[in-house]
Amino acid sequence: MTELLNMLIASVIPLLFILVYAIVILWTEIKVASHVQDRLGYMYTGGFHGWAQPIADLLKLLSKEHITPANSDKILFILAPVIVFAASYAAYAALPFTSTFIAANLNVGVFYIIAITSFVVIGILMAGWSSNNKYSLLGAMRSVAQIVSYEIPTALSILTVVIVAGTLNLQEVCEAQKGGLFNWNIFKYPPFMFIAFLIYFVASLAEVNRTPFDIPEAESELVAGYHTEYTGMKFAMFYLAEYANMFLVSGIAAILFFGGWNSPFGEFMSGPAWGVFWFVSKGLLFVFLQIMLRWTLPRLRVDQLMYVSWKVLTPISFANIMIVGLWAILK
Amino acid sequence: MKEYFKNIFVALWTILVGLRLTFKHLFVRAVTIQYPDVKLKLPERARNRLYVNIDDCIGCKQCEMACPVDCITIETVKALPNEDLGVTSTGNKKRLWVTKFDIDISKCCYCGLCVYPCPTECIYMTDVYEFSEYNRHSLIYHFSNFTPEEAELKKKQVEQFELEQKMKKAVKPVEQAVANNPANPEEKS
Repeated sequence: MTELLNMLIASVIPLLFILVYAIVILWTEIKVASHVQDRLGYMYTGGFHGWAQPIADLLKLLSKEHITPANSDKILFILAPVIVFAASYAAYAALPFTSTFIAANLNVGVFYIIAITSFVVIGILMAGWSSNNKYSLLGAMRSVAQIVSYEIPTALSILTVVIVAGTLNLQEVCEAQKGGLFNWNIFKYPPFMFIAFLIYFVASLAEVNRTPFDIPEAESELVAGYHTEYTGMKFAMFYLAEYANMFLVSGIAAILFFGGWNSPFGEFMSGPAWGVFWFVSKGLLFVFLQIMLRWTLPRLRVDQLMYVSWKVLTPISFANIMIVGLWAILK
Repeated sequence: MKEYFKNIFVALWTILVGLRLTFKHLFVRAVTIQYPDVKLKLPERARNRLYVNIDDCIGCKQCEMACPVDCITIETVKALPNEDLGVTSTGNKKRLWVTKFDIDISKCCYCGLCVYPCPTECIYMTDVYEFSEYNRHSLIYHFSNFTPEEAELKKKQVEQFELEQKMKKAVKPVEQAVANNPANPEEKS
């Protein structure tokens, strides 16, 4: 009984975190977008700089009608957003939020995350196929092509970290980086870990379908890509999954390269509570960087996208893993 | 090969340049304003909603004639001799009752051509530009002091008066003719 309760609590905490974070980041995204363009953005809802606007948006989406297009595959259509969100939510299980809290302390944590996030591809393809809409299908196909090809550099750069840390357990990866700023993986084997981080960051950007890799939902070409036909809460699920994924890849970047819940000052400001603070703020920093990149860079063409993945990221990450592996053996 | 690495470095460098630019713009003061709360000052001679100071109108209908889209409708009634309409603020004597002065602002093209011919400068453009309405008929502005009933009454009065005048005139020439007939050589010949 207590075990069941523990499991429930452990699963509810990441969900609550995702919901609160999604509301905060929706607001941040709009605000960053408007301030980058020298505008003000929301100013009314809730008083201070429209802080309640995402809540209002969410309530609006909740109260909207569910439209299922004619001739769509009903079961897949309803299942797709659930799978997309469930896949990114499931990956949160292996994220160590702090030294004492991790929902599932797997000794194959990294492998589990790589595997479970691949489920997103299936959900997206289901959504595109079942919508009975050419734009949805095109968007889904692009998305799948993109995610599948970018998974290789992502996995390779994660493997570089695994070589350095010598473990697949994310909690142990964090433990190995204890003791201040210069024990973080990013500063090991200079500059190869930094290159690995750059590759991981670019590839993860493509995996979560963010600009400049947002061709699956290219507004100017495909209406909205794979979620063109979705309304109401189902659409919100896709949205939530996108933002959950954004923090997921940022959190993994923080864990693998930037010490996870470790304080940058060694023993100073460390402990379970500070651990949550450091982990979340490191993650949010990368989410902020993703948002800034969205409002900085234009969208890539499909051939450019494939060029970046197969001709730049993959060969360099191969070379990188070789060099780091050799260095680690010789050391 | 050299080209390949150069391209990668150029890509990374330009991303950083772009990020620096957007980051700078995060702290630039917004160029937009909170419109209904804050309003920009209009140019000095901005043309917006028309206004008629009906007290100064002498009913010359020059604005009606100048209007290229015929959005001004004026009806006037002559003042009776015993009625003094006073003078306008520019000193022109008013001789006509302006019983109807309607401007259909939905037709108005804000050219301002009606403003220039006005001898008393009573029709002019104001700086009011927020006058949307739910009903199109609300966009027809009535500037006259007369209600339609009063205008009708006035018209009838004047008609009555003119009729009386005519009667008098009709009577008078006869009287005159009678009186002057013997002493009028031209009529004879």
